[in-house]
Amino acid sequence: MRHGRAFWLFVGPFAAGLLVFVYVPIGWSLLLSFFDARNTVTPTEFVGLRNYADMLTDAPFLRSLGTFSLFALFIVPLTFVLALALALLVNQISFMKAFFRSVFFLPTACSYVVASLVWKLSIFNGVRFGLANTVLGWFGAEPVAWTVSTSPPWYWLVLVTLRLWLQLGFYLILFLAGLQRIPQHLYEAAWIDGAGRGWQTLRYITLPQLRTTSVAVLLLLLIAAYQAFDEFYNVLGTDRGYPPFARPPLIYLYYTALGSGGQDFGHGSAGAVILTLLIAGVTLLQGRVITR
Amino acid sequence: MKVLRYAALSVAAVLFLIPFYLVLRNGLATEQEITAPSWTLWPQEIRWENFAALFSNPAVPMVRSMVNSLVVAVLQTVGQLFLCGLAGYGLARIPHRYSNVVLYLVIATLMIPAAVTFVPTFVVVSTLGWVSDLRGLVIPGLFSGFTTFLFRQYFLNFPRELEEAARIDGLGHWGTYWRVVVPNSKGFFAALGVIAFVTSWNQFLWPLVIAQDQDSWTVQVALSTFLTSQSIDVVQLFLAAAVSIAPLVVVFVALQRFLVRGVTETGIKD
Repeated sequence: MRHGRAFWLFVGPFAAGLLVFVYVPIGWSLLLSFFDARNTVTPTEFVGLRNYADMLTDAPFLRSLGTFSLFALFIVPLTFVLALALALLVNQISFMKAFFRSVFFLPTACSYVVASLVWKLSIFNGVRFGLANTVLGWFGAEPVAWTVSTSPPWYWLVLVTLRLWLQLGFYLILFLAGLQRIPQHLYEAAWIDGAGRGWQTLRYITLPQLRTTSVAVLLLLLIAAYQAFDEFYNVLGTDRGYPPFARPPLIYLYYTALGSGGQDFGHGSAGAVILTLLIAGVTLLQGRVITR
Repeated sequence: MKVLRYAALSVAAVLFLIPFYLVLRNGLATEQEITAPSWTLWPQEIRWENFAALFSNPAVPMVRSMVNSLVVAVLQTVGQLFLCGLAGYGLARIPHRYSNVVLYLVIATLMIPAAVTFVPTFVVVSTLGWVSDLRGLVIPGLFSGFTTFLFRQYFLNFPRELEEAARIDGLGHWGTYWRVVVPNSKGFFAALGVIAFVTSWNQFLWPLVIAQDQDSWTVQVALSTFLTSQSIDVVQLFLAAAVSIAPLVVVFVALQRFLVRGVTETGIKD
């Protein structure tokens, strides 16, 4: 009995909040997704699976999944390889090690809003005095209208470099922690066996020993890319609204459920349910890969 | 070889610092300087009066939004450590019939990023009447399954001898937690606290959805609104960005030890 009271004293407040702010929303959303609910959060007319059918045949919704896939295709491997490479370099030096680690980690202090501001209005602002165009000018190239250029889609370069800069330091720290956990005697044994200090130890000791870290980093990168919203909204959005292209899932959902064209919570909820199932599926699949 | 390493790292470091340089240069210069056809490396003279202009500009609620951000970040950090710490300890150390049920409810949320469910959460919070309200900004973010899960894992490995000594001294679960467990876990609390603060300060999607009146804007929403609006004073916008980063740069420099630990703790669930 004493245990019982103590348990709820510790766990009760959190559990109550979890129910109200996580499980009730999910349950309500499931309910709404089977109803027509425009400009209201109370279900009006039961429509069965129609919202789901609409979403799964809705070209913009499917395009948003395509946009995410394309974005992930670039940003995930790029961040992974560069974070690992810089972590290996930082790990091998002794002088100024903390300095370099801090510099690469510092961008994590910035929000995506601030980064968008710098990328959109200073580096890639599309006029002659922007940093990227100034550098291009040194080589005699014409200025490029980065964020509004759709063919070729230069806005991808803006979005990918922005996220790369902002998130790399986080994963670098994870790789550094992983590298420090590798027992030194493995390297010593390899050297005695005549392995070279560079490529061979990397291939046969460092990378296999980093397996857990690598899988975790890949999963985190993928989930983060899936939730991309801030930089797309701030770099591509203007006072005239958001362009019809480059809408990843959350951008799409934001404009469906809360956009100025009327709040459609039935379709918005169905979309949220589909996106949640997709990400939960990926996490489960990945979890089985890790524990295998 | 060594020289090459340092050369590569230095080039990367310069590239990584450029955006910070741009924020400062653009924020402290004149509009003419940053729109000049040839690159101005650094403003002729630093325009400190830009600060006064920014803070007295009625169209940019800089003070109000910074205060809002600070209040939200502090409340979310303290609230999360309080609620999730207690729950994590209860799940790790107090045997109970429903312990597993709660644990499964917590673990299930680990698969669902909070951002993906922003529409459902908005539906509930707006029903409560918390739109453009401090409660709507702060409270839904307090119940992090992830933080609770991390606390549970941490407390599972807490040395039992310390708790048993407290028990012999006549302390119950509550007394043991506050007088023995928490004081001996300061590093872990600090690590998760710093991460919670940074995350809260920089979050954007939820405040954008919930803080609809100008009075409830956080600094990220304020910056974003001016970034995406038509008539913007570029110099003031960059100065505002610099001001918005300043508190976090202080946190990064002063508390980096905890921050690095926090990243390692939260990044990889062993």
